[in-house]
Amino acid sequence: MDKICHSVDEAVADISDGSIIAIGGFFTAGTPVHLIQALARHGAKDLTIICQSVGPGNEDISQLVIKGQIKKAICTYPFYRSATKGAEHPFENSVRAGKIDVEVIPMGTFIEKLRAGGAGIAAFYTATGVGTVVERGKEKKMFNGKEYLLELAIKPDYTFVYAHKGDRAGNLAYRKTARNYNTEMASAATITIASVENLVEPGDIDPDHVHTPGVYVQRVVKIERPQNFYPTID
Amino acid sequence: MEIGDLRIFEGLSRELIAMRAAKEIKDGMYVNLGIGIPTIVSNWIVGKDVVLEAEIGMLNVGPLAEGENIDQDLINASCEPVTELPGCCYFSSCESFAMIRGGYMDVAILGALQVSEKGDMAGWNNPDRGFPEHVGNIGGSMDLASGAKSLIITMTHTTRDGRPKIVNECTYPLTAKGNVDKVITNIAVISVVKEGLVLEEVFPGLTPEDIQSVTEPRLIISRNLKEIEL
Repeated sequence: MDKICHSVDEAVADISDGSIIAIGGFFTAGTPVHLIQALARHGAKDLTIICQSVGPGNEDISQLVIKGQIKKAICTYPFYRSATKGAEHPFENSVRAGKIDVEVIPMGTFIEKLRAGGAGIAAFYTATGVGTVVERGKEKKMFNGKEYLLELAIKPDYTFVYAHKGDRAGNLAYRKTARNYNTEMASAATITIASVENLVEPGDIDPDHVHTPGVYVQRVVKIERPQNFYPTID
Repeated sequence: MEIGDLRIFEGLSRELIAMRAAKEIKDGMYVNLGIGIPTIVSNWIVGKDVVLEAEIGMLNVGPLAEGENIDQDLINASCEPVTELPGCCYFSSCESFAMIRGGYMDVAILGALQVSEKGDMAGWNNPDRGFPEHVGNIGGSMDLASGAKSLIITMTHTTRDGRPKIVNECTYPLTAKGNVDKVITNIAVISVVKEGLVLEEVFPGLTPEDIQSVTEPRLIISRNLKEIEL
């Protein structure tokens, strides 16, 4: 099995307008910036992007905003600053102008919806968000005297993953907190594209230390480890 | 109630609110600290036998990293580089929230914009920011507020212009309903019980009437009322 692509541009070449794309990364950690840059170059539009944030540590995703490629963003901590302060930022401005539709989901629910999408679970009940705006339009049910919301699975068309190591069978290993959403997002999508710092031979990753089994990954591309900066989140 | 002259009491600094909050954390606890004042609590629990969880996916997260110790793959929820403690482990964010939702956090300490008489809290969306009600930065706050065994709020008692943040009903979009157990502010420590809000501790030199003057709901004064001790 050989899932290797020779460039990030090759890896994203078939992404069509209107695609739903999940992007791994928690602020600066584990964000597949090379794939995002390739997507900006590729120019597919009317995209739905599923990611933690469009702003802090994710200035590459801001490029997609500036180029008008995003129709909808599904996020958990979308904006550059906390609840109390506003910011001059392309994404915030686009949302205010009605150019990008944004859906905000509590972090646990956000990633569990993706896990469910890859795991054949159509929907699940969680107590998170009961009594808040998050519960609007959703079924509620009592279990053991406590109220829960019914949340539905999400299955993206593509996922962009960032991994420390990957082999041509698609097995991936992550490093420290750069793992974050990558594992469950990798399992969720129809086509998962993994950008890896180290492209190794099958067998180089200890079988006990494979974090994403290759079955979930369709494309693997070698990239160079970027240098990160640490923006002020709040 | 009418707030007449808006009085602003200084009381404790952010660092000292965090120091008082740290007293709630006992040996053996698993703890998650939110952004803002709660993050400062980590400075005051050094040496305690507790485990800090970072929602990104780590248990036993250490202090902030500096210089050579900065590893770009190792950050906390505030995107600050951090360090490891012996016995730490990594897992996905999905697993992190399974732990949180599953009730494995003994204590979550979060900031808030408002706390109500019934223990509701609002912290993720300030309408002054001009977004519709459903748009803001939720992050891990709702899961933490809902999942933690004990929810402690650290915040200033009033806004910068003197308006109460402890209110009859929250007017800002809620983070969670009825989950707050304790509120620690710059001038008071308040417990949330079925009957309402109990004033337990006051900043030295202030009276219960002072605290009531900047708090909307009628406070129940604890029979063991004392001064805040750090």
